[in-house]
Formats: sequence, structure tokens, C-alpha cells
Amino acid sequence: MSVTEQVLGGPVDRIEGGDKVQGQAKYAFEYEVENVAYASLVVSPAAKGTIRAIDTTNALAAPGVLAVLTHESAPELAEKDGELGVLQSPRIAYRGQIVGAAIAESLEGAREAARLVRIEIDEEEHDVVLRSDHPGLYKPDQINPSNVTDTEDGDVEAALRSAAVTIDATYSTPPEHNNPMEPHATIAVWDGEGLTLYDSDQGPYSYRGIVAKRLGLEPQQVRVIATHVGGGFGSKGLPRPHVIVAALAAKHVGRPVKLAVTRQQMFTLTGYRTPTIQRLQLGAEPDGRLVAIAHDVVEQTSTLQEFAEQTALATRMMYASPSRRTTHRLVRLDVPTPSWMRAPGECPGMYALESALDELAIELGLDPVELRVRNEPEIDPATGNRFSTRNLVGCLREGAERFGWADRDPTPGTRRDGRWLVGTGVASSTYPARRPPSTARARREGDGTYTIELAAVDIGTGARTVLTQIAADALEVPLDRVRVRIGDSAFGQASVAGGSMGTSSWGAAVVKACRMLRAGGDEVTADTSEEAEAAGQEPLSKHSFGAQFVEVRVDADTGEIRVPRMLGVFACGRILNAKTGRSQFIGGMTMGVSMALLEETIVDPQLGAFVNHDLAMYHVPVHADIQEIEALWLDEDDPHVNPMGAKGIGEIGIVGAAAAVANAVHHATGVRVRDLPIRPDKLVGRLAG
Amino acid sequence: MRPFGYEAATDTTSALAAIARPEAKFLGGGTNLVDLLRLGVETPATLVDVTRLPLDGIDPTPGGGLRIGAGVRNSVLAADPEVRARYPALAQALLSGASGQIRNWATTAGNLLQRTRCAYFQDVTKPCNKRDPGSGCPAREGDHRNLAILGHSQQCVATHPSDMAVALAAFDAVVHVVGPAGARQIPLADLHRLPADEPWLDTVLDSGDLVVAVELPALAMASRSAYRKVRGRASFEFALVSVAAALEVDRGTVRDARLALGGVAHKPWRAFRAEEALRGAPASAESFARAADAELEHAEPLRDNGYKVALARNTIVATLTELGG
Repeated sequence: MSVTEQVLGGPVDRIEGGDKVQGQAKYAFEYEVENVAYASLVVSPAAKGTIRAIDTTNALAAPGVLAVLTHESAPELAEKDGELGVLQSPRIAYRGQIVGAAIAESLEGAREAARLVRIEIDEEEHDVVLRSDHPGLYKPDQINPSNVTDTEDGDVEAALRSAAVTIDATYSTPPEHNNPMEPHATIAVWDGEGLTLYDSDQGPYSYRGIVAKRLGLEPQQVRVIATHVGGGFGSKGLPRPHVIVAALAAKHVGRPVKLAVTRQQMFTLTGYRTPTIQRLQLGAEPDGRLVAIAHDVVEQTSTLQEFAEQTALATRMMYASPSRRTTHRLVRLDVPTPSWMRAPGECPGMYALESALDELAIELGLDPVELRVRNEPEIDPATGNRFSTRNLVGCLREGAERFGWADRDPTPGTRRDGRWLVGTGVASSTYPARRPPSTARARREGDGTYTIELAAVDIGTGARTVLTQIAADALEVPLDRVRVRIGDSAFGQASVAGGSMGTSSWGAAVVKACRMLRAGGDEVTADTSEEAEAAGQEPLSKHSFGAQFVEVRVDADTGEIRVPRMLGVFACGRILNAKTGRSQFIGGMTMGVSMALLEETIVDPQLGAFVNHDLAMYHVPVHADIQEIEALWLDEDDPHVNPMGAKGIGEIGIVGAAAAVANAVHHATGVRVRDLPIRPDKLVGRLAG
Repeated sequence: MRPFGYEAATDTTSALAAIARPEAKFLGGGTNLVDLLRLGVETPATLVDVTRLPLDGIDPTPGGGLRIGAGVRNSVLAADPEVRARYPALAQALLSGASGQIRNWATTAGNLLQRTRCAYFQDVTKPCNKRDPGSGCPAREGDHRNLAILGHSQQCVATHPSDMAVALAAFDAVVHVVGPAGARQIPLADLHRLPADEPWLDTVLDSGDLVVAVELPALAMASRSAYRKVRGRASFEFALVSVAAALEVDRGTVRDARLALGGVAHKPWRAFRAEEALRGAPASAESFARAADAELEHAEPLRDNGYKVALARNTIVATLTELGG
């Protein structure tokens, strides 16, 4: 076996794993900074209104308090709009919005001072409830990241009228919160006109630019360091308001300031997935071939800025159909602005599409795997382009074989094991393979080792390890000869760790830098802008695909649901690390179970507030919930995505998983729950005793 | 910072002296109280640590029962061979609660006296009559999916969260208390109150009272008992509904029964009406269902928790069927 074969694809342990388990890996809040002060946030108790008065007298009198920032005292920002326009106006856009910050010698002192701030608000009537008949629904100019809002191909209504079989069902998903283990935290350190942020985020380089712009600085005046990050799941993909507060607070008191968002505050200040209401209409011929797909989405944004989740995007490319409509409508509510969370768009959208497909399969009396295979498109229906690689059918077939699908009796609600009702479900999965540009530096050290530097960030995914593997492979040297330094905006332009594109983007830059270094010189800097642009202009559609198979057991008395068995089969190009890759897949699948059965942030319409705001009340699965979970991948050679042939695996694991669970619950019970999560209260009393 | 005093009592006398101070509170394992301190829900001036009191024994009583010291840790009680053999529902209830780490620390008295996990109670930015008398109960119109269906009031719809207390209530346990006026005993089923117009009072204890023990009477049928806890995830979640039951069946007829429900009221709900309906009835699913209905016809579900009536009914029937159907 050559060095190269060992290095890339192998189950290499995390390079920083030892540091992490020994507590040596330093997270943002843990940096030791001299003369540091602590900030604690004051947040709005009302959902809408204007601050009439804000009394900081008691807070300022508390021991060790240095200052209290409010909209009256905070330094002016260069840009005052949106979520990041903190402390610039007395207007309140949602309950929990930042209206002040107390800065003190200690964390405890800051928290107590924040509690002592008295706010008087002229409250206005708020509206926090999403509904499909909301009079404020409007059509956004585009949906994320930059897609057309609506599409219409063929005559959908006519096709639905003449179809042999139709499905018309509405699915809903609740607000959901990302909840990384490490809360969002920042230390802001000013040095003259320069600002350094030790920050927990998914994009040190992109943060640099956004923060600089807000503060009226040049990008090079800001440095963002994120050496280790304890998860993000999208919520650290864009700077959150506390980052700006930390910078303002540090400026105001003339000292470094540490600011950690509390778990409770994370439910209002760090983003969440919009609730969705999705109407799916499908029309099909008796043989299962689709003749119409309509996916109409209603979701929310805030009054501060627009966030248009691309919920029906995957429906545009997933299956063949001569007619197709997708629409997105938003309403501006008095709520925090939604943001990216775990496969934004694809995740909630595929829950609805793949549930509807299951309903159609039952209506047709056709196996749900076979139904999907029969609707496999020759080319991408969204663009008319060929797919660079598309192995959905391979994933479905391989998964069906390994899961034992062939013996499945399709009749719902007929399999029992004592008090348990048993069922299985399947759903497809997909995620785009994107590749934005990055830069990377490679250096030949005097001792025969190599140093690679780039502003990538490892949010717990194994990115640092995979980039080391990529570099060792490209340099054709053993792993221990390569040192990869990441998590610092000073290393140059680099993609965020999001959109399942980090490894694709960073890895391409690392490969290019290593190749340049091998061609000559002791230090080189690679920039993949040209390659990324060329790749973007190729007339090819680039996506990952997968198939999710789930077995559930539902207690006939109580409606309790457990997941004894789950299998995901994925085709995502080349898998660069078998160990961290598997972790990514089964982590995503577990989050899919979580979405299907547990996760919901509850809205109190009268208080205009989220009710549950900690992990005691916002539930995710425990080990006992999921017994056997496995992820496999098909060998896939896709030279079009990047030099490694890797499509990105950060998010595909969650896509379709919730639908597979929901479909399995229906198969077990005969009850179709179309609003997530599927909890005992939605099943009890509806199950055959 | 909100400073508070801390004092470690070494015997009952010093504990009672310390608790007489203004706004003093007893500290057991702290698995709930310390959380509430952090949240600002509890703001005592002094904490009186009672974990060093010699109250950690599980001893046989002359009457053939067990006397459980107030300081016995939940994990120790769950593992006790006598408890496991003679009161299995109690061991099951304990093991279904919290996590291993929390059970290692939580005490018997602390478990009984833990506060509701109603989301509004635990959030000082929101109204709550239990935490802030007179401020209102947003749960009635807001989120009450997991709150009470029995015995609630306009003022409060909270539930008591303990699993252990449900099993103890079923077994006619008695709480031993010492206070300024001396020692007294309170049947466990009477320890917790219904909220009525004073929802801030969880129990009938006075502020100077110290729970020193819980006594389990001899109860032969308890050796054939079970605790069934229903919840959304498999572990580390409070009950949607729970059932503690013991059944004595003779030739197909129920001679006697003990039944208590958790997750349905402001207190562990001893189902006396259901027990009455069971006595002398055939040990069949039909009579178990009739007994459940006898109890649950008094339920007053709120807008979003009507499912608990069906859930409690099904769980009662399933548990009794498992025991003796």
C-alpha cells in the first residue's frame, strides 16, 4: 500500500482528539487575556415596542460594575440595520432582543448588574404566530442563498386534474434551535484601532469582513481566532449580535471583554430554523410516474431583516415530472430572525416531499423504493444539465438489500411484537455539492516537515484532521510530517464551515498549495478563485444523494416511539476519512430522528415568547433512543467537484431522515402525523389496541 | 452577585436552629435547588446543608416496614435489596428518574420536595403565580401540554415532577418530620397540596420543618408492584404520565389494589376511586378500564392536554394487566 492510499480515506483519528479529552484544546471563552472584563446581556421582556426609559442606576452601583451599555450610551455603528445593528435604537423587534450590556470585573458581577437594569417599554401588540392564511404573507425577491423564489414548469393544475392518482397534503415543522454544545462566546481585544476576537464561530474569515463593516473598520483591522469550536450546526455561520456587543463593550471600557451567550439566550439570539407549513400536491400515472409536483411553502422571517429559507429547492431537482411548481411565501413576525440550521432548505423541504412520496406509494400500491426509482430523472429538472454523478438509485437499491426491505409487507399497522407496533420507512436524501474559493499557504520547514495555514475552522467535524490527510496525500508524505494550522482569519480568505462545502473548498486550496510547493519554492500561497469560478460555469449539476431506512416501534398503549434500527446509504464522492465521515453521517441521521420525534421550540402567542429555552425542556435523543445506527457509502468517482473528488458530507445525513421516521411510524401504526414532531400525544388514542 | 450564607448542620437540633433564620432553606443533594438558584427562581439568604445529618440509613421497622432516612441517595435506595424485593415499584420509579449522576446525589427528602418543572415557573422573565404570587398563570392559555389534568386551579396547573413520590404514595408511606413544635407524621399522600388559591405552597410543611425519614409500612402486595413511566424519549425526561400499581389477586378476583399516578397533578395522585372500583372486581382488562375511568372521570383537561386522559387510562390498564390480568 502506498503512503497515499493509507492517508486519504483511512479512519484517521482526530489530530486534536487527545487535547480535547484532556481539556487542553482551548475554546474561545477560555483564552487568558490580561485585564479582562466580563459582559452580560440585558434583553427585552417585551416582544414589540419602544424603550421609554432605561434606568441603570442600581446596576452601576453594584460592586465591580464598570459600565452599562444601552442604546443611549453605546458607540454608533457604521451600519445600524438588521440583527447586528445592536443598541442603536430604542425599538424592540422581538422578545429577548439585546437592549443593553452590563460590564463588570467578574462574570457574576456582570450578570447581577444586568439583572438590576430597569427598562420601561411602551408596548405594542405583537404577532408571533405563523399561519398559512396570514394577511402579511409576501413573496420575497429571492430565496437563500440566491435562488428564484418560485418556479413553474408545464401546466401543474391540468396535470393534477387528469392524473390517475393524486396526493394533496400539508405538512408542518415547528421552530427548531441549533443548540451546539459550546454556547456562542467572544473575547474582544482592542489594540489601538485594531480588534482581535477570540470567537466560537464557523467562519473566522467571513466574520472578519462582516464585523469590520459594522464597526466602520477596514477588514485588515480585524482578526478573528477560532481554534476550536464546540459545534455550530449553522448557528455560528454568521456573526450574531453578541459579537458586536462584545466589540462595543471592550471599546467602551478600554479593556478586553469576555461575553458568553447563556443557553437560555441562545434560543433568541443565535438563530433557529423557521417553522414551515408546506402543501405538497403530487399527481401520478398508475405505474407511478409523476405527472405533477407542486410544493407551496409558507415560513417566517423577522421585522429586522429577511431570511428566506429555500425549503422547496430540492423539489426542483429531485424527481422527473413534466409539470412542477414551487413557491415560497414569508411573513414578517415579531420574532428573532431565523437563520441557518442543519441543512437549511433541504432538511424541512425533503421531510415534506419524501412524506408525500410515501403517501403516493401507498395510494398507488407501489413499493416506495420502486416509486422513487421510477421517477429518476435523466437530467437535472431544475437546470436541464447533466448530473456530475447521481447515485440515488444505487443508494436505494443497496440500502434496500442490506436493510432487508424485500420482505416488507406494505400494509400499515399490522406487525406486532407484544405491545409494540413495528414498522419500517424509507426516504431519499440529497444535498448540493458546492465549492466556493479559498486560499491556503504551504511552507517547507527546515526539518523535513510541512506547515499548511488556512482560515478553515474545525467545529467538531474533523476538518483539521481531513485537511492534514489531504495535504499529506498531495505532498506524498506521512501524516506526521504535516502540520495544519486553521481557525485564524489572518491566514487569508477561506470558506465558512457550512453548506457542506468546507472540506471541498479548503481541501482544493490545500491541494493546489501543496502542488505548487512541490513544483518549487519554500513557501507558496494558493488561491482557488479561478478554479471555483470555472467549476461554477460547468454545465453540470453537482449533488450528493442518499437513502435512509428506519425501523420504529410504537407502544400501542402510550404512543411512545423508539428507533431500534436505522441505515443510511450515501453517495457523496470520495469519503476522505472513514471514521470522522461515519460520525458525520450518523450524527446527521440522529438529528433527523431528533427532528422527527422530539425537537420543537414552543411559541407562547400571548407572551410573544419561546417557552422552552434550555436542554431540560428542548429535547434531543439520548443513547437509549437509538439502538442500531449505521451509515455506508457507495464508491463514487466524481472528478468535477474538486481535486479530491469529495462532495461534502456535513448535512446530507439529516436530509430525509425525519421523513423516513415519519413514514415508518405510519407503516407501524396506520396513523399519518403530518406535523412534526411526532410525539405520544399525537398518537395515543388513535392506535389499534 | 447575590451572596447567600451557607451552613452545614451536623444534627437535627443545629439544623432546626439554622433554618429559623430569615429566608433560610435546607440543602440536600441540590440537584434541583442549585439549578433554581442559578435561574434566580430561588433566592435564599442562607442554605442549611443537611447532608451531614445521620439520616442515611434504610432500617427495618418493628411493624415489618422500612424506615428510609431523608438523606439516603436515590441510587442507594434504588439498589437496596429489601426495596427491590419488597417494593419493586419504588426501585423502578427511582431508576426511571433523572440520570445516574443525578440519582447518585439526590436525596429522599430532596426528591419529595423538588419543585415543578413548569417552564413558566422556571423562567423569571415570565409571570407565574407559584413563583410570583398574583402575577398570573400564562400556562392556562399558553403551553400546558405536559401539565395537570386533575386537581388544578385557575391559579396554577403545574405538576409535581417526582417519580419516587408516586410509588411512595401508592404504598401508604408516611413522612416523619421534626419542627419547632416537635415531631409529627404526615401520610405521604397528604404531604403535597393541590394548588387551589395558594399555588406557592407545594406541601403542608411549615418553613421550620425538617423531613427526617420516610416510612414504608409492611405491604405484602407491594412485592408484586410495578412502576410504568411514559415519556417522549427513552431516558432523562419527566413523565407525561406515570403509574405505580400493586395488585393482590385471588382466583381471578382483585382482593386489594394500590394505584397512584404521576404527571397529572400538583401532587402524586393516589387513585383511591380506582382502587375502590378494583376491590372485588374480576382481574380483567375490562374492570381495569372501569377502574381507570372511575378515577379519570374527574379529570379536567386543558386545551392541549386531553391526551393525558387516554394516556393515563391506557397506562393504568396496561400496568394492571401486566401485574395480574
